[in-house]
Amino acid sequence: MNWDWTVIWQNLPKLMDGALLTLELVFFSGLIGVLLAIPLALLRVSGNIWVRALPYAYIFFFRGTPLLIQIFLVYYGASQFEWVKESSLWPILREPYWCAVITFGLHTAAYIAELLRGAIQSIPRGEIEAAKALGMSYPKMLRRITLPRAFGIMMPSYGNEVILMLKGSALASTITLLDLTGMARTVIARTYTPLEIFLAAGVMYLMISALIIFIFRLLERYFNRHQHWPNEKPKGLDSQLLSKD
Amino acid sequence: MDLQGFGHLLISGAWVTLQLALCSLAVGLVFGLLGASAKVSSSKTLRAIGNGYTLFVRGMPELLLVLTIFFGSSVVLMAIASQFGYDEYIELSPFVAGVTALSIAFGAYATEVFRSALQEIPKGQKEAAVALGMTQYQTFIRVTLPQVWRIALPGLGNLFLVLLKDTALVSVIGLNELMRQAAVAVGYTKEPFTFYLAAACVYLLLTSISMAGLYYLERFANRGYQGARS
Repeated sequence: MNWDWTVIWQNLPKLMDGALLTLELVFFSGLIGVLLAIPLALLRVSGNIWVRALPYAYIFFFRGTPLLIQIFLVYYGASQFEWVKESSLWPILREPYWCAVITFGLHTAAYIAELLRGAIQSIPRGEIEAAKALGMSYPKMLRRITLPRAFGIMMPSYGNEVILMLKGSALASTITLLDLTGMARTVIARTYTPLEIFLAAGVMYLMISALIIFIFRLLERYFNRHQHWPNEKPKGLDSQLLSKD
Repeated sequence: MDLQGFGHLLISGAWVTLQLALCSLAVGLVFGLLGASAKVSSSKTLRAIGNGYTLFVRGMPELLLVLTIFFGSSVVLMAIASQFGYDEYIELSPFVAGVTALSIAFGAYATEVFRSALQEIPKGQKEAAVALGMTQYQTFIRVTLPQVWRIALPGLGNLFLVLLKDTALVSVIGLNELMRQAAVAVGYTKEPFTFYLAAACVYLLLTSISMAGLYYLERFANRGYQGARS
Protein backbone atom coordinates (compact mmCIF):
# COMPACT_ATOMS: atom_id res chain seq x y z
CA MET A 1 0.00 0.00 0.00
CA ASN A 2 1.38 3.41 -0.86
CA TRP A 3 0.04 6.52 0.73
CA ASP A 4 -0.75 9.15 -1.90
CA TRP A 5 -0.48 12.74 -0.70
CA THR A 6 -1.05 14.35 -4.11
CA VAL A 7 -4.59 13.00 -4.38
CA ILE A 8 -5.48 14.87 -1.18
CA TRP A 9 -4.02 18.17 -2.45
CA GLN A 10 -5.67 17.81 -5.84
CA ASN A 11 -9.11 17.27 -4.35
CA LEU A 12 -8.81 19.73 -1.49
CA PRO A 13 -10.94 22.43 -3.23
CA LYS A 14 -13.75 19.91 -3.71
CA LEU A 15 -13.58 18.81 -0.09
CA MET A 16 -13.67 22.49 0.92
CA ASP A 17 -16.89 22.95 -1.07
CA GLY A 18 -18.32 19.96 0.77
CA ALA A 19 -17.23 21.38 4.12
CA LEU A 20 -19.02 24.63 3.27
CA LEU A 21 -22.28 22.77 2.65
CA THR A 22 -21.79 20.86 5.91
CA LEU A 23 -21.35 24.13 7.79
CA GLU A 24 -24.45 25.55 6.13
CA LEU A 25 -26.53 22.51 7.12
CA VAL A 26 -25.32 22.66 10.71
CA PHE A 27 -25.99 26.39 10.97
CA PHE A 28 -29.53 26.31 9.61
CA SER A 29 -30.54 23.18 11.48
CA GLY A 30 -29.12 24.69 14.68
CA LEU A 31 -31.19 27.81 14.11
CA ILE A 32 -34.41 25.86 13.47
CA GLY A 33 -33.56 23.61 16.41
CA VAL A 34 -33.29 26.45 18.92
CA LEU A 35 -36.43 28.20 17.64
CA LEU A 36 -38.43 24.97 17.94
CA ALA A 37 -36.86 23.93 21.22
CA ILE A 38 -37.96 27.06 23.10
CA PRO A 39 -41.74 26.37 22.90
CA LEU A 40 -41.13 22.63 23.34
CA ALA A 41 -39.14 23.17 26.53
CA LEU A 42 -41.65 25.68 27.90
CA LEU A 43 -44.49 23.21 27.33
CA ARG A 44 -42.35 20.45 28.82
CA VAL A 45 -42.00 22.26 32.18
CA SER A 46 -45.73 22.94 32.39
CA GLY A 47 -47.59 21.70 35.45
CA ASN A 48 -50.40 20.20 33.40
CA ILE A 49 -49.75 16.58 32.45
CA TRP A 50 -51.67 16.86 29.15
CA VAL A 51 -49.64 19.87 28.07
CA ARG A 52 -46.45 18.02 28.97
CA ALA A 53 -47.42 14.89 27.02
CA LEU A 54 -47.13 16.40 23.53
CA PRO A 55 -43.51 17.60 23.73
CA TYR A 56 -42.67 14.41 25.62
CA ALA A 57 -43.94 12.25 22.74
CA TYR A 58 -42.06 14.42 20.24
CA ILE A 59 -38.82 14.14 22.18
CA PHE A 60 -39.30 10.41 22.75
CA PHE A 61 -39.72 9.76 19.02
CA PHE A 62 -36.82 11.89 17.85
CA ARG A 63 -34.40 10.67 20.51
CA GLY A 64 -35.44 7.03 20.25
CA THR A 65 -35.05 6.51 16.51
CA PRO A 66 -31.94 6.75 14.31
CA LEU A 67 -31.39 10.00 12.43
CA LEU A 68 -31.00 7.99 9.22
CA ILE A 69 -34.58 6.74 9.49
CA GLN A 70 -35.87 10.24 10.17
CA ILE A 71 -34.13 11.66 7.13
CA PHE A 72 -35.50 8.83 4.94
CA LEU A 73 -38.98 9.37 6.37
CA VAL A 74 -38.93 12.98 5.26
CA TYR A 75 -37.09 12.61 1.95
CA TYR A 76 -38.61 9.37 0.63
CA GLY A 77 -41.67 9.13 2.90
CA ALA A 78 -43.26 12.45 1.97
CA SER A 79 -43.69 11.38 -1.66
CA GLN A 80 -45.98 8.52 -0.65
CA PHE A 81 -48.89 10.90 -0.14
CA GLU A 82 -50.61 12.49 -3.10
CA TRP A 83 -51.77 15.49 -1.09
CA VAL A 84 -48.18 16.35 -0.20
CA LYS A 85 -47.22 16.21 -3.85
CA GLU A 86 -50.08 18.51 -4.77
CA SER A 87 -49.52 20.95 -1.92
CA SER A 88 -47.52 24.14 -2.23
CA LEU A 89 -44.85 22.63 0.06
CA TRP A 90 -43.78 20.10 -2.57
CA PRO A 91 -41.15 22.31 -4.27
CA ILE A 92 -39.43 22.44 -0.86
CA LEU A 93 -39.91 18.79 0.14
CA ARG A 94 -38.62 17.69 -3.26
CA GLU A 95 -35.20 19.20 -2.63
CA PRO A 96 -32.76 17.01 -0.67
CA TYR A 97 -31.20 20.17 0.76
CA TRP A 98 -34.39 21.35 2.45
CA CYS A 99 -35.28 17.82 3.56
CA ALA A 100 -31.91 17.58 5.29
CA VAL A 101 -32.28 20.99 6.94
CA ILE A 102 -35.83 20.20 8.11
CA THR A 103 -34.93 16.75 9.46
CA PHE A 104 -31.78 17.91 11.23
CA GLY A 105 -33.70 20.85 12.68
CA LEU A 106 -36.50 18.65 14.02
CA HIS A 107 -33.97 16.11 15.32
CA THR A 108 -31.72 18.54 17.13
CA ALA A 109 -34.75 20.45 18.49
CA ALA A 110 -35.71 17.37 20.52
CA TYR A 111 -32.26 17.19 22.11
CA ILE A 112 -32.01 20.95 22.68
CA ALA A 113 -35.49 20.98 24.26
CA GLU A 114 -34.31 18.44 26.86
CA LEU A 115 -31.18 20.52 27.58
CA LEU A 116 -33.28 23.68 27.83
CA ARG A 117 -35.77 22.00 30.16
CA GLY A 118 -32.95 20.98 32.48
CA ALA A 119 -31.55 24.51 32.36
CA ILE A 120 -34.92 26.15 33.05
CA GLN A 121 -35.50 23.85 36.00
CA SER A 122 -32.09 24.62 37.46
CA ILE A 123 -32.49 28.41 37.48
CA PRO A 124 -32.37 29.37 41.17
CA ARG A 125 -35.94 29.73 42.45
CA GLY A 126 -35.17 33.07 44.02
CA GLU A 127 -34.50 34.69 40.65
CA ILE A 128 -37.92 33.70 39.33
CA GLU A 129 -39.56 34.82 42.56
CA ALA A 130 -37.72 38.15 42.41
CA ALA A 131 -38.99 38.70 38.87
CA LYS A 132 -42.53 37.96 40.00
CA ALA A 133 -42.15 40.21 43.01
CA LEU A 134 -41.15 43.05 40.67
CA GLY A 135 -44.45 42.53 38.88
CA MET A 136 -43.05 41.25 35.58
CA SER A 137 -45.58 39.62 33.28
CA TYR A 138 -44.90 36.07 32.08
CA PRO A 139 -43.62 37.05 28.60
CA LYS A 140 -41.42 39.77 30.04
CA MET A 141 -40.02 37.39 32.64
CA LEU A 142 -39.29 34.87 29.91
CA ARG A 143 -37.52 37.45 27.78
CA ARG A 144 -35.52 39.11 30.54
CA ILE A 145 -34.90 36.42 33.15
CA THR A 146 -35.80 32.84 32.29
CA LEU A 147 -34.47 32.42 28.76
CA PRO A 148 -31.19 34.40 29.08
CA ARG A 149 -30.37 32.54 32.29
CA ALA A 150 -31.35 29.18 30.82
CA PHE A 151 -29.18 29.80 27.73
CA GLY A 152 -26.23 30.64 29.97
CA ILE A 153 -26.70 27.42 31.94
CA MET A 154 -27.13 25.16 28.92
CA MET A 155 -24.43 26.72 26.70
CA PRO A 156 -21.67 24.13 27.38
CA SER A 157 -23.97 21.16 26.70
CA TYR A 158 -25.48 22.96 23.71
CA GLY A 159 -21.97 23.17 22.25
CA ASN A 160 -21.71 19.38 22.55
CA GLU A 161 -25.07 19.02 20.83
CA VAL A 162 -23.93 21.17 17.90
CA ILE A 163 -20.85 18.98 17.51
CA LEU A 164 -23.08 15.88 17.54
CA MET A 165 -25.18 17.56 14.86
CA LEU A 166 -22.03 18.26 12.84
CA LYS A 167 -21.31 14.55 12.88
CA GLY A 168 -24.93 13.72 12.16
CA SER A 169 -24.86 16.00 9.12
CA ALA A 170 -22.70 13.37 7.39
CA LEU A 171 -25.99 11.50 6.83
CA ALA A 172 -26.96 14.16 4.28
CA SER A 173 -24.70 12.25 1.91
CA THR A 174 -27.20 9.37 1.93
CA ILE A 175 -29.82 11.54 0.21
CA THR A 176 -27.48 12.59 -2.62
CA LEU A 177 -26.25 15.82 -1.04
CA LEU A 178 -22.58 16.60 -1.63
CA ASP A 179 -21.57 17.59 1.87
CA LEU A 180 -18.07 16.81 3.16
CA THR A 181 -18.78 13.07 3.41
CA GLY A 182 -20.73 13.00 0.14
CA MET A 183 -17.95 14.85 -1.66
CA ALA A 184 -15.36 12.45 -0.23
CA ARG A 185 -17.42 9.52 -1.54
CA THR A 186 -17.65 10.94 -5.08
CA VAL A 187 -13.91 11.68 -5.14
CA ILE A 188 -13.18 8.12 -3.99
CA ALA A 189 -15.48 6.68 -6.64
CA ARG A 190 -13.24 8.35 -9.21
CA THR A 191 -9.76 7.89 -7.69
CA TYR A 192 -10.21 4.77 -5.51
CA THR A 193 -8.08 6.07 -2.65
CA PRO A 194 -10.50 5.51 0.27
CA LEU A 195 -8.02 5.77 3.13
CA GLU A 196 -6.42 9.05 2.05
CA ILE A 197 -9.62 10.92 1.22
CA PHE A 198 -11.72 9.62 4.13
CA LEU A 199 -8.97 10.45 6.61
CA ALA A 200 -8.55 13.92 5.08
CA ALA A 201 -12.30 14.43 5.49
CA GLY A 202 -12.01 13.19 9.09
CA VAL A 203 -9.31 15.77 9.81
CA MET A 204 -11.51 18.49 8.30
CA TYR A 205 -14.40 17.45 10.56
CA LEU A 206 -11.99 17.66 13.48
CA MET A 207 -11.02 21.20 12.53
CA ILE A 208 -14.66 22.25 12.20
CA SER A 209 -15.34 20.83 15.69
CA ALA A 210 -12.42 22.86 17.03
CA LEU A 211 -13.92 25.99 15.43
CA ILE A 212 -17.34 25.24 16.97
CA ILE A 213 -15.80 24.72 20.40
CA PHE A 214 -14.06 28.11 20.09
CA ILE A 215 -17.27 29.89 19.08
CA PHE A 216 -19.11 28.38 22.02
CA ARG A 217 -16.42 29.56 24.45
CA LEU A 218 -17.21 33.09 23.27
CA LEU A 219 -20.98 32.55 23.48
CA GLU A 220 -20.69 31.08 26.95
CA ARG A 221 -18.73 34.12 28.07
CA TYR A 222 -21.39 36.40 26.60
CA PHE A 223 -24.35 34.68 28.26
CA ASN A 224 -22.59 34.27 31.59
CA ARG A 225 -21.01 37.73 31.62
CA HIS A 226 -22.45 38.41 35.09
CA GLN A 227 -19.99 35.81 36.40
CA HIS A 228 -17.05 37.90 35.16
CA TRP A 229 -18.21 40.97 37.04
CA PRO A 230 -16.52 43.31 37.97
CA ASN A 231 -13.57 42.62 35.65
CA GLU A 232 -15.75 43.17 32.61
CA LYS A 233 -18.51 45.71 33.01
CA PRO A 234 -21.55 45.40 30.78
CA LYS A 235 -22.42 48.37 28.60
CA GLY A 236 -25.50 50.50 29.11
CA LEU A 237 -25.75 49.89 32.84
CA ASP A 238 -26.99 52.49 35.32
CA SER A 239 -23.98 54.67 36.22
CA GLN A 240 -24.92 54.60 39.93
CA LEU A 241 -24.45 50.81 39.92
CA LEU A 242 -21.03 51.13 38.33
CA SER A 243 -19.66 53.69 40.78
CA LYS A 244 -20.54 51.60 43.84
CA ASP A 245 -17.70 49.09 43.90
CA MET B 1 -50.45 -0.40 9.41
CA ASP B 2 -50.51 -2.78 6.43
CA LEU B 3 -47.10 -4.37 5.99
CA GLN B 4 -48.18 -6.50 2.99
CA GLY B 5 -46.37 -9.60 4.21
CA PHE B 6 -43.05 -7.87 4.74
CA GLY B 7 -43.30 -8.07 8.53
CA HIS B 8 -41.00 -11.09 8.81
CA LEU B 9 -38.35 -9.19 6.84
CA LEU B 10 -38.41 -6.40 9.41
CA ILE B 11 -38.23 -8.92 12.25
CA SER B 12 -35.21 -10.68 10.73
CA GLY B 13 -33.63 -7.25 10.24
CA ALA B 14 -34.29 -6.36 13.86
CA TRP B 15 -32.54 -9.58 14.91
CA VAL B 16 -29.43 -8.64 12.88
CA THR B 17 -29.55 -5.12 14.36
CA LEU B 18 -29.63 -6.61 17.84
CA GLN B 19 -26.70 -8.94 17.10
CA LEU B 20 -24.73 -6.05 15.65
CA ALA B 21 -25.41 -3.86 18.69
CA LEU B 22 -24.51 -6.56 21.23
CA CYS B 23 -21.30 -7.61 19.42
CA SER B 24 -20.22 -3.98 19.12
CA LEU B 25 -21.01 -3.46 22.79
CA ALA B 26 -18.82 -6.39 23.85
CA VAL B 27 -15.86 -5.37 21.66
CA GLY B 28 -16.38 -1.67 22.41
CA LEU B 29 -16.20 -2.27 26.18
CA VAL B 30 -12.81 -3.93 25.68
CA PHE B 31 -11.64 -0.94 23.61
CA GLY B 32 -12.97 1.40 26.27
CA LEU B 33 -11.18 -0.38 29.12
CA LEU B 34 -7.94 -0.52 27.12
CA GLY B 35 -8.25 3.16 26.21
CA ALA B 36 -8.97 4.19 29.79
CA SER B 37 -6.03 2.18 31.14
CA ALA B 38 -3.83 3.79 28.49
CA LYS B 39 -5.03 7.24 29.47
CA VAL B 40 -4.35 6.82 33.19
CA SER B 41 -1.09 4.91 32.74
CA SER B 42 2.24 6.38 33.74
CA SER B 43 3.77 5.88 30.29
CA LYS B 44 3.79 9.01 28.16
CA THR B 45 3.48 7.12 24.85
CA LEU B 46 0.45 5.16 26.01
CA ARG B 47 -1.21 8.35 27.24
CA ALA B 48 -0.56 10.03 23.88
CA ILE B 49 -2.05 7.04 22.03
CA GLY B 50 -5.12 7.10 24.27
CA ASN B 51 -5.60 10.84 23.80
CA GLY B 52 -5.13 10.64 20.04
CA TYR B 53 -7.64 7.80 19.82
CA THR B 54 -10.41 9.63 21.66
CA LEU B 55 -9.71 13.00 20.01
CA PHE B 56 -9.77 11.65 16.47
CA VAL B 57 -12.64 9.18 16.77
CA ARG B 58 -14.88 11.53 18.73
CA GLY B 59 -14.31 14.28 16.19
CA MET B 60 -15.22 12.12 13.21
CA PRO B 61 -18.78 11.29 12.06
CA GLU B 62 -19.72 7.66 12.70
CA LEU B 63 -20.83 7.31 9.08
CA LEU B 64 -17.39 8.36 7.89
CA LEU B 65 -15.84 5.84 10.26
CA VAL B 66 -18.06 3.04 8.94
CA LEU B 67 -17.15 3.93 5.34
CA THR B 68 -13.43 4.27 6.15
CA ILE B 69 -13.31 0.87 7.84
CA PHE B 70 -15.30 -0.88 5.13
CA PHE B 71 -13.51 0.56 2.08
CA GLY B 72 -10.17 1.27 3.74
CA SER B 73 -9.80 -2.21 5.23
CA SER B 74 -9.82 -3.90 1.83
CA VAL B 75 -7.01 -1.61 0.64
CA VAL B 76 -4.95 -2.42 3.73
CA LEU B 77 -5.75 -6.15 3.69
CA MET B 78 -4.94 -6.45 -0.01
CA ALA B 79 -1.65 -4.63 0.51
CA ILE B 80 -0.75 -7.06 3.31
CA ALA B 81 -1.86 -10.10 1.31
CA SER B 82 0.12 -9.05 -1.77
CA GLN B 83 3.27 -9.23 0.37
CA PHE B 84 2.53 -12.94 0.65
CA GLY B 85 1.85 -13.29 -3.06
CA TYR B 86 -1.97 -13.30 -2.92
CA ASP B 87 -3.45 -10.85 -5.44
CA GLU B 88 -7.21 -11.54 -5.37
CA TYR B 89 -9.76 -8.98 -4.18
CA ILE B 90 -10.37 -9.05 -0.42
CA GLU B 91 -13.24 -7.39 1.43
CA LEU B 92 -14.41 -7.48 5.03
CA SER B 93 -17.98 -8.68 5.41
CA PRO B 94 -20.34 -5.79 6.20
CA PHE B 95 -21.09 -7.31 9.60
CA VAL B 96 -17.43 -7.49 10.63
CA ALA B 97 -16.75 -4.00 9.26
CA GLY B 98 -19.82 -2.69 11.08
CA VAL B 99 -18.83 -4.26 14.39
CA THR B 100 -15.29 -2.89 14.00
CA ALA B 101 -16.42 0.66 13.20
CA LEU B 102 -19.16 0.83 15.83
CA SER B 103 -16.98 -0.67 18.55
CA ILE B 104 -14.16 1.76 17.78
CA ALA B 105 -16.64 4.65 18.08
CA PHE B 106 -18.24 3.21 21.22
CA GLY B 107 -14.80 2.53 22.72
CA ALA B 108 -13.69 6.14 22.30
CA TYR B 109 -16.64 7.46 24.28
CA ALA B 110 -16.47 4.59 26.77
CA THR B 111 -12.80 5.47 27.37
CA GLU B 112 -13.87 8.81 28.80
CA VAL B 113 -16.58 7.23 30.93
CA PHE B 114 -14.21 4.58 32.33
CA ARG B 115 -11.45 7.11 32.90
CA SER B 116 -13.62 9.36 35.05
CA ALA B 117 -14.95 6.29 36.88
CA LEU B 118 -11.41 5.06 37.55
CA GLN B 119 -10.45 8.43 38.99
CA GLU B 120 -13.53 8.43 41.17
CA ILE B 121 -12.37 5.45 43.25
CA PRO B 122 -10.72 6.57 46.50
CA LYS B 123 -6.95 6.19 46.53
CA GLY B 124 -7.05 4.65 50.00
CA GLN B 125 -8.66 1.51 48.61
CA LYS B 126 -5.77 0.93 46.23
CA GLU B 127 -3.30 1.53 49.03
CA ALA B 128 -5.19 -0.90 51.24
CA ALA B 129 -5.02 -3.51 48.49
CA VAL B 130 -1.27 -2.95 48.13
CA ALA B 131 -0.88 -3.18 51.90
CA LEU B 132 -2.66 -6.54 51.83
CA GLY B 133 -0.04 -7.74 49.34
CA MET B 134 -2.21 -7.86 46.22
CA THR B 135 -0.48 -7.53 42.87
CA GLN B 136 -1.46 -4.73 40.51
CA TYR B 137 -3.54 -7.16 38.44
CA GLN B 138 -5.34 -8.54 41.48
CA THR B 139 -6.11 -5.03 42.72
CA PHE B 140 -7.61 -4.15 39.37
CA ILE B 141 -9.78 -7.30 39.12
CA ARG B 142 -10.88 -7.50 42.76
CA VAL B 143 -11.08 -3.91 43.97
CA THR B 144 -11.19 -1.42 41.10
CA LEU B 145 -13.22 -3.13 38.37
CA PRO B 146 -16.31 -4.11 40.42
CA GLN B 147 -16.66 -0.50 41.55
CA VAL B 148 -15.90 1.08 38.16
CA TRP B 149 -18.92 -0.82 36.91
CA ARG B 150 -21.25 0.89 39.32
CA ILE B 151 -19.98 4.40 38.61
CA ALA B 152 -19.72 3.94 34.83
CA LEU B 153 -23.11 2.28 34.30
CA PRO B 154 -25.27 5.40 33.68
CA GLY B 155 -22.75 6.76 31.16
CA LEU B 156 -22.37 3.42 29.42
CA GLY B 157 -26.15 3.05 29.28
CA ASN B 158 -26.47 6.30 27.34
CA LEU B 159 -23.68 5.19 25.03
CA PHE B 160 -25.47 1.90 24.37
CA LEU B 161 -28.62 3.77 23.33
CA VAL B 162 -26.51 5.86 20.93
CA LEU B 163 -24.88 2.67 19.63
CA LEU B 164 -28.25 1.03 19.04
CA LYS B 165 -29.27 3.93 16.82
CA ASP B 166 -25.90 4.06 15.06
CA THR B 167 -26.37 0.48 13.86
CA ALA B 168 -28.67 1.96 11.19
CA LEU B 169 -25.55 3.45 9.56
CA VAL B 170 -24.24 -0.01 8.71
CA SER B 171 -27.10 -0.34 6.21
CA VAL B 172 -25.12 2.08 4.04
CA ILE B 173 -22.48 -0.62 3.42
CA GLY B 174 -25.10 -3.26 2.68
CA LEU B 175 -25.67 -5.25 5.85
CA ASN B 176 -29.21 -6.65 5.92
CA GLU B 177 -30.26 -5.09 9.20
CA LEU B 178 -33.53 -3.42 10.08
CA MET B 179 -32.98 -0.23 8.12
CA ARG B 180 -31.92 -1.99 4.94
CA GLN B 181 -34.72 -4.55 5.14
CA ALA B 182 -37.14 -1.66 5.38
CA ALA B 183 -35.52 -0.17 2.26
CA VAL B 184 -35.92 -3.53 0.48
CA ALA B 185 -39.62 -3.60 1.37
CA VAL B 186 -39.95 -0.01 0.14
CA GLY B 187 -38.41 -1.06 -3.18
CA TYR B 188 -41.23 -3.59 -3.71
CA THR B 189 -44.21 -1.75 -2.31
CA LYS B 190 -43.37 1.91 -3.11
CA GLU B 191 -44.65 2.88 0.32
CA PRO B 192 -41.63 4.51 1.97
CA PHE B 193 -43.52 6.27 4.76
CA THR B 194 -45.26 3.12 6.01
CA PHE B 195 -42.15 0.99 6.14
CA TYR B 196 -39.72 3.54 7.52
CA LEU B 197 -42.29 4.39 10.18
CA ALA B 198 -42.65 0.69 11.01
CA ALA B 199 -38.86 0.40 11.29
CA ALA B 200 -38.81 3.53 13.47
CA CYS B 201 -41.37 1.87 15.78
CA VAL B 202 -39.15 -1.22 16.06
CA TYR B 203 -36.20 1.01 16.99
CA LEU B 204 -38.39 2.76 19.58
CA LEU B 205 -39.31 -0.62 21.00
CA LEU B 206 -35.66 -1.70 21.17
CA THR B 207 -34.60 1.54 22.90
CA SER B 208 -37.50 1.29 25.36
CA ILE B 209 -36.56 -2.26 26.28
CA SER B 210 -32.90 -1.28 26.70
CA MET B 211 -33.89 1.66 28.88
CA ALA B 212 -35.92 -0.61 31.13
CA GLY B 213 -33.05 -3.12 31.24
CA LEU B 214 -30.59 -0.38 32.14
CA TYR B 215 -32.83 0.80 34.94
CA TYR B 216 -32.75 -2.67 36.54
CA LEU B 217 -29.01 -3.05 35.95
CA GLU B 218 -28.41 0.26 37.69
CA ARG B 219 -30.58 -0.77 40.60
CA PHE B 220 -28.66 -4.04 40.82
CA ALA B 221 -25.29 -2.28 40.71
CA ASN B 222 -26.32 0.17 43.42
CA ARG B 223 -27.85 -2.43 45.70
CA GLY B 224 -25.19 -1.77 48.32
CA TYR B 225 -26.15 1.91 48.48
CA GLN B 226 -29.89 1.69 48.95
CA GLY B 227 -29.83 1.45 52.71
CA ALA B 228 -31.78 -1.06 54.76
CA ARG B 229 -34.68 -2.79 53.08
CA SER B 230 -37.96 -2.59 54.93
